[in-house]
Amino acid sequence: MSATTKPQTKATSFDAEALRADFPALQQDIYDDTPLVYLDNAATSQTPTAVIDRLEHFHSRENSNVHRGVHRLSQDATDEYESARESIATFIDAPNPEQVIFTRGTTEGLNLISSTFGELVVDEGDEILLTEMEHHSNIVPWQMLAEQVGAEIRVLPVSDRGELEMDRLGEFLTDDTALVAVTHVSNTLGTINPVGDLIDSAHAQDVPVVLDGAQSAPHMPVDVQALDADFFVFSGHKMFGPTGIGILYGKREHLEAMPPYHGGGDMIDEVSFEKSTYDGLPHKFEAGTPHIAGVVGLGTAAEYMMDLNWDAVQAHEDDVLAYATEQVQAIDGLRIVGTAPEKTSVLSFVFEDIHPYDAGTFLDRLGIAVRTGHHCTQPLVERYGLPGTIRASFAAYNTREDADRLVEGLRCVKQMLGDS
Amino acid sequence: MPATDTVSDRAQEIVDEFSLFDDWMGRYEYLIELGDDIPLLDEDQKTDENYVHGCQSDVWIEAEYDDEDRALHFRGDSNAKITKGLAALIIRVVDEQPPEVIADADFDFLDDIGLHEHLSSQRNNGLQAMIEEMRERARRFRN
Repeated sequence: MSATTKPQTKATSFDAEALRADFPALQQDIYDDTPLVYLDNAATSQTPTAVIDRLEHFHSRENSNVHRGVHRLSQDATDEYESARESIATFIDAPNPEQVIFTRGTTEGLNLISSTFGELVVDEGDEILLTEMEHHSNIVPWQMLAEQVGAEIRVLPVSDRGELEMDRLGEFLTDDTALVAVTHVSNTLGTINPVGDLIDSAHAQDVPVVLDGAQSAPHMPVDVQALDADFFVFSGHKMFGPTGIGILYGKREHLEAMPPYHGGGDMIDEVSFEKSTYDGLPHKFEAGTPHIAGVVGLGTAAEYMMDLNWDAVQAHEDDVLAYATEQVQAIDGLRIVGTAPEKTSVLSFVFEDIHPYDAGTFLDRLGIAVRTGHHCTQPLVERYGLPGTIRASFAAYNTREDADRLVEGLRCVKQMLGDS
Repeated sequence: MPATDTVSDRAQEIVDEFSLFDDWMGRYEYLIELGDDIPLLDEDQKTDENYVHGCQSDVWIEAEYDDEDRALHFRGDSNAKITKGLAALIIRVVDEQPPEVIADADFDFLDDIGLHEHLSSQRNNGLQAMIEEMRERARRFRN
């Protein structure tokens, strides 16, 4: 597990079965008679009752616009909205809630940074350093920026085991590097990247680092100050929160220097047809009516996570991943993709003779929800010469029993679809 | 020879065949078996032109127009067995039919074979893309 420090925890132990009981979606049978085994948490995690109830309460009692109303409901909504920002600041140890910007998700966060900060720091002839394991959302915005300003994309390679080739960093982090954008945890392989080392090396050359935390924030305590990341972006729907809401954390000096991303209401100081002036942080980056219910629900999700004992949660998640890995790799003709020693929550694999789509379709009918395909990391999947992988991704509520059901399902797939 | 039976005759035939199985596993096994009998296109016909985009697996569909019969002959392939089975089903209902029939052909029979309930909800299995591709080919030859 990562070396990041954890936020304050309250509980002293962890009971996966008790946690599971908080998630109504996990209690259902699908296809009439088949209990659901949900192993697609890297895409979207399920929502606990606390968050569902919070959303219902918002819509029943607090629904109104924020920051502008003189009336009671608007004031309540504003208080709840800003209180969620404080919860998120605590969740990631941000020095100030003003450095927490709400977005639609990780993708929007990365686009915001590339469109505003990127244009400030990346010039013609500069290089933007990415890695071979990035999600498309941490590739395409940078390509668009590079094309616009005449910069070049460089790509730090990944080893056969699925680790960044850090010993080659010197070849790629050059005098021309203007910015590094890297994922904290690989969504396809589960590799936990040595982002501390990467950030230190980049900062030694005064190069800022953008961290994609979509897969790390749900599985490990994150301390953005200890990490010293210039930006850290993640999504609500992968950490027990609602969809359509995400978080962008940035260092204050960057956020203050950056121009706004979208123009509109709620982000201005004064507007005239001659010139408009902008509001300060964080509102400068939150034009228009935000996803208020999503923010409030996200705040509850963050509180829910902070109430867990993270040492115990991580020990449990590590145990389930290690157990699933051991059981899955015992299946004949199956190969695990991504065998880095430092991994969390993701188990990707392929059959020699079965297309991932066929396997995923059968698993689905057996009640086991996995994802198949390239997982929005086409360059990575192509680097391994694969048509895609089958990806089982775990959350704190998954258990060894879920891993057993997966293995049982895979044996059935092998029997029905394998060549021999 | 042009087809003597209609698209709906063949669709009904398929529905009847699938109704012989009383569980989903049997129906899938049968679908995969049908995929094994698909009229295959040659390796050199696996071109960009014949590639069907929008599927998680690789899928190719090739159409050849027979002037004499005024009918289209289809061939296909996929590297995924379920997708190949689906391609075999839709080829079977429209093969050797005139382009104007294929362009307006109804593929609703897929709802009645006991698989479609979840296949239809997955946008990346390419079923819709394959159907669109065949209709597009038919429209091209109709004009």
